[in-house]
Amino acid sequence: MIEIGDLRFSYDEGDFLLEIPQLKVADGETVAIVGPSGSGKTTLLNLIAGIATPRSGQVTTNGYKISELQDAARRDFRIANIGLVFQEFELLEYLNVLDNILLPYRINRTLQLDKSVRVRAEDIAERVGIGDKLARYANQLSHGEKQRVAVIRALLVQPPLLLADEPTGNLDPLNKDRVLDILLQYATDNAATLITVTHDHDILHRFQRVIDFKDFYAYGAEQRPENVAGPM
Amino acid sequence: MRDVLYLAWRYLVYHRLKTAILVTSIMLIIYLPIGLNVVVEQSAEHLTARAEATPLLVGAKGSPLELALNSLYFSSEHPELIDYSEATMVADSGLADAIPLYVRFRSRTHPIVGTSLDYFSFRNLSFASGRPMAVLGECVVGATVAESLGVQPGDAIISSSETVFDLASVYPLKMKVSGILQRAFTPDDEAIFVDVKTAWIIEGLGHGHQDLARPEAVSGVLSRSEDNIVANASVVQFNEITEDNVDSFHFHGDLADYPLTAVLAVPRDDKSGVILRGRYTDAGATSQIIRPVTVIDELLDTILTIQQFIVAAVIIVGLATIATAALVFMLSLRLRRREIDTMLKIGGSRPRVAAMLLAEVFIVVILSSTLAAAMTLVTWRYGPSVIESFVLA
Repeated sequence: MIEIGDLRFSYDEGDFLLEIPQLKVADGETVAIVGPSGSGKTTLLNLIAGIATPRSGQVTTNGYKISELQDAARRDFRIANIGLVFQEFELLEYLNVLDNILLPYRINRTLQLDKSVRVRAEDIAERVGIGDKLARYANQLSHGEKQRVAVIRALLVQPPLLLADEPTGNLDPLNKDRVLDILLQYATDNAATLITVTHDHDILHRFQRVIDFKDFYAYGAEQRPENVAGPM
Repeated sequence: MRDVLYLAWRYLVYHRLKTAILVTSIMLIIYLPIGLNVVVEQSAEHLTARAEATPLLVGAKGSPLELALNSLYFSSEHPELIDYSEATMVADSGLADAIPLYVRFRSRTHPIVGTSLDYFSFRNLSFASGRPMAVLGECVVGATVAESLGVQPGDAIISSSETVFDLASVYPLKMKVSGILQRAFTPDDEAIFVDVKTAWIIEGLGHGHQDLARPEAVSGVLSRSEDNIVANASVVQFNEITEDNVDSFHFHGDLADYPLTAVLAVPRDDKSGVILRGRYTDAGATSQIIRPVTVIDELLDTILTIQQFIVAAVIIVGLATIATAALVFMLSLRLRRREIDTMLKIGGSRPRVAAMLLAEVFIVVILSSTLAAAMTLVTWRYGPSVIESFVLA
């Protein structure tokens, strides 16, 4: 369960302001967030993940008031409980596929890398069709393969929450479906929550709920200054 | 820690060219002053030890350094020559034993040292096999010579011509190896020792040829008087001394006028040494006496001064290299901002990510230091012989 209440966020520079009076996402729910660029969709994911902290208000993720945790505690929580998928894949060029997948286990000692983890990584890689590419480097993979590697990296710790920021933005239709299949299948199999930011309206039907940031403007714009986003 | 080192190692391996340049640069900064110091220290030790073991040298007036280097380390540049009578004078003075040295010829790269048997006892050289030279044409070789030429007692060694294009110059002499010295870890290991008379034969001052009194030599005789026979070039000259022809070898003129490069003077005591040195203080004298240790100390002072200049230069270059390496590292961090952000976003701990970056520096420094240590070890093992070959060439 994700609960956001009376959230107010702005950056140190610029006049961007995000206000969310209330937002709830149930455990196991799959949610797509759509809306104009710059409206705060990615910022919302960052707030849920504890990458950013609000000026005021609360963000509770899986029972933890993540906005009140210290930086180190937020990282420990995030690495073990949240799988993050980015539009640009964000693979490390100097690591091969297997090492990229295992990366979370090497950069925070909350996670312990052992043989079972390696076996699980190889198993997932096999299932998503890149089992034979574990020794390759990122620059030797296609876009679709890179995103599958990034998705496996997010799934490996078996997190109860997946946050995906335009995960299909750089993919062709075939790979788009493939990556979505993997994410949604994982959410179904593990009763995990999936929140995906997307611009692709063709995939919205696959999610249980769609949150449109544009709706907010429809009823809140008159009272708010331009470029201010708010709750839905 | 293992994970941090692993990630750092993967980064360095992936960017192997950049890593190799960094490692090499830092290795050189570490190695150059240390290696130079090792070379100078060891060379000084080697040079001084040999000089200290050689009390006095008598030679022609001129460069004391040339005299010392030729007599102690058998360098290829020989000093002006003196007469054999200098050796007789030193011996006759009763102040010192005189060991003649004629270091002028070579067999390939190995110096041929014309001397007397006293040289072996003076240098405490013992025989690994064979015996000292006993007759003209025999030689004793140092351990390194025996090894590199693969010779045993009974084998032969041929002296090299002084110059290839001078037909009137020294002709090669085939010498029989009578003994091999035990390794002494001194320039003696590199040398071929012959009696000084054999050295004179190499020079052509003594020779052996067909007996002109025999009938088969008649055609070569141009004129014959009571005490002189003049022959033409058809008379056979021997280039090897054997039991059959050894009696035909002879020297013309007074041996006292024959050349030496130096006389190694071993004073009976300190006082005798001082008196002997006093006899060579005459400004008009054509010969000089030197204390090798003084000459070598002066040489080392020069080397140490050069070393200090080089070390100062290396330190400046080193500081510049470290500054450049630091700049490369900082630029690299900027280029890797996105990678670092990714690790922090997915939950990487700040200390661990920082440790990974520092581990890269650590590994580079460790690799550089290890290589520098290995280079220093190689320098320690082979440096002195290399520098000596430069000094003595």
